[in-house]
Amino acid sequence: MNEIKVENISFSYTDGQPVLSNIDVHFRQESTAIIGQNGAGKTTFVKLLKGLLKPATGNIYVNGMNTQEYTVAQLASQIGLVFQNPNDQIFKHTVIEEVMFGPKNIGQSTEEARQNGLLALEKMGIVHEADKNPYDLSLSDRKLVSIASILAMKPPIIIFDEPTMGQDYLGKERLKKIMKDLRAEGVLVLSIIHDMDFVAETFERTIVMNQGKIVLDGPTREVFSHEQLIRDVYLELPHATQLGKQLGLKQTFLTVDELINFNRKKQ
Amino acid sequence: MKKIIVENLKYKYPDTDQLALNDVSFEVEEGEVIGIVGQNSAGKSSLCLALTGLIPHFFNGAYGGKVLIDGIEVKTSTITDLSQKAGLVFDNPFTQMTASKYTVYDEIAFGLENIGVSREEMIERVDWSLKMMGIENIKDKNPFDLSGGQMQRVAIASVIAMRPEILVLDEPTSQLDPQASEEVFRVIQQLSQEGITIVIAEHKMEKLACFTDRILLLYEGKQIDFDTPQKVFSRDDLHDYGVVPPIFTTYCKAMGMKNKNNNTYPVTLTEVSSLLGGENNE
Repeated sequence: MNEIKVENISFSYTDGQPVLSNIDVHFRQESTAIIGQNGAGKTTFVKLLKGLLKPATGNIYVNGMNTQEYTVAQLASQIGLVFQNPNDQIFKHTVIEEVMFGPKNIGQSTEEARQNGLLALEKMGIVHEADKNPYDLSLSDRKLVSIASILAMKPPIIIFDEPTMGQDYLGKERLKKIMKDLRAEGVLVLSIIHDMDFVAETFERTIVMNQGKIVLDGPTREVFSHEQLIRDVYLELPHATQLGKQLGLKQTFLTVDELINFNRKKQ
Repeated sequence: MKKIIVENLKYKYPDTDQLALNDVSFEVEEGEVIGIVGQNSAGKSSLCLALTGLIPHFFNGAYGGKVLIDGIEVKTSTITDLSQKAGLVFDNPFTQMTASKYTVYDEIAFGLENIGVSREEMIERVDWSLKMMGIENIKDKNPFDLSGGQMQRVAIASVIAMRPEILVLDEPTSQLDPQASEEVFRVIQQLSQEGITIVIAEHKMEKLACFTDRILLLYEGKQIDFDTPQKVFSRDDLHDYGVVPPIFTTYCKAMGMKNKNNNTYPVTLTEVSSLLGGENNE
């Protein structure tokens, strides 16, 4: 089973200005959304999980490997991170070379890398762009390239940073399916995300961060039942949850389909 | 007064076969807020570029029809002239940073330096923009040390500092948390009340439903509809164009909750509750 154990970590970029403090959390199996306002420390947190940053105090174990003791390269086959800004991640001249770069670096043969790369591009719906220069693509398609290049590496743990950025309805539906499929395959999926509707529809567990701390952690439905706390940390409830409350219903609804089914049964 | 007039606009990027914009025509009044919706590659970004002159002047390509910005024809004008009328916020804030300035404060002043605004006014405008976007606390930071969400707010601030009469925003909230997105839309509302005309491409339908006067629906470069959010989001064929209405509208459609006065479905939470309130009173 894939897991990340975070043991009481703290981190700061500048002395005296802690970005993260006393975070203690265990990720396993459940797909998990990490939510919180801009500047809450979410991106820093996932960079620590990936081993790009090392905690000042405490330890992080990625499938048993302490990130303090292994290099990013050694961890790369265990954990993949899709950057928020695809421009920070993409540097090859063609899409296919880009998606083959990671796989080849963790020991896949060229042929394997090509197959996994093409498969990942197909999953993202952009296999027809394989020979293009990534920088000739739109920002939203470039985001899909950055996701495909991590999928192609087939790491057992994948972290997404704002995957729905710039995606339209169909793009979001595709991402939702990919994340659910990965989950079903046993991959540990974590994602930073600002789209509360997407969180409600996709993730089993949700973690709320505020000012470098985890302030709420639990099953997504339970997390969104804490209306006041969600507002206090400058977030908002999913639209379906808001609608359920407006309709005077006591339960916490996560999707519009849940609401429709509930009210149809009642009628 | 008509601030934007688009007549039979057609456009094709160089070295492509398909029209990115195919016969688009619409008119926008002063102070209106227009939302552009459509699936990716429907032409939303291209239209934003066409309203600010980057199409055709920067991108070249094949161009037909006419775009008038406050009476100035885009095709026969220059980006320099148009930049003083219409401001554009790019979809990727990274693209918007000049990389020639070391602080957020100077970054926001960049456009003003280029149009020869006096020092006093420049300071006043930069301070105003920082305040509007709620980023006074990061004014001394390097623009490239910011988070995606912070950079996105700097990008918007640097454009509103120019006080454009027409503000065009291409997915300005894609990296913002819910509260910050709401704040950006409130700023947009405030600017429109001051008479600024606003065009915004967005995927957040619930926000557009609350804050826009009219919605332009695009599909494969073609204009499908240009009407109130209620009318556009009530369309039965919306799904065919890769667009879903606000969740509130989806619910009301499924439950058959129609506003009988104008034969449309509610598009905001407030409209749902007033519809329910109305029924309860009957």
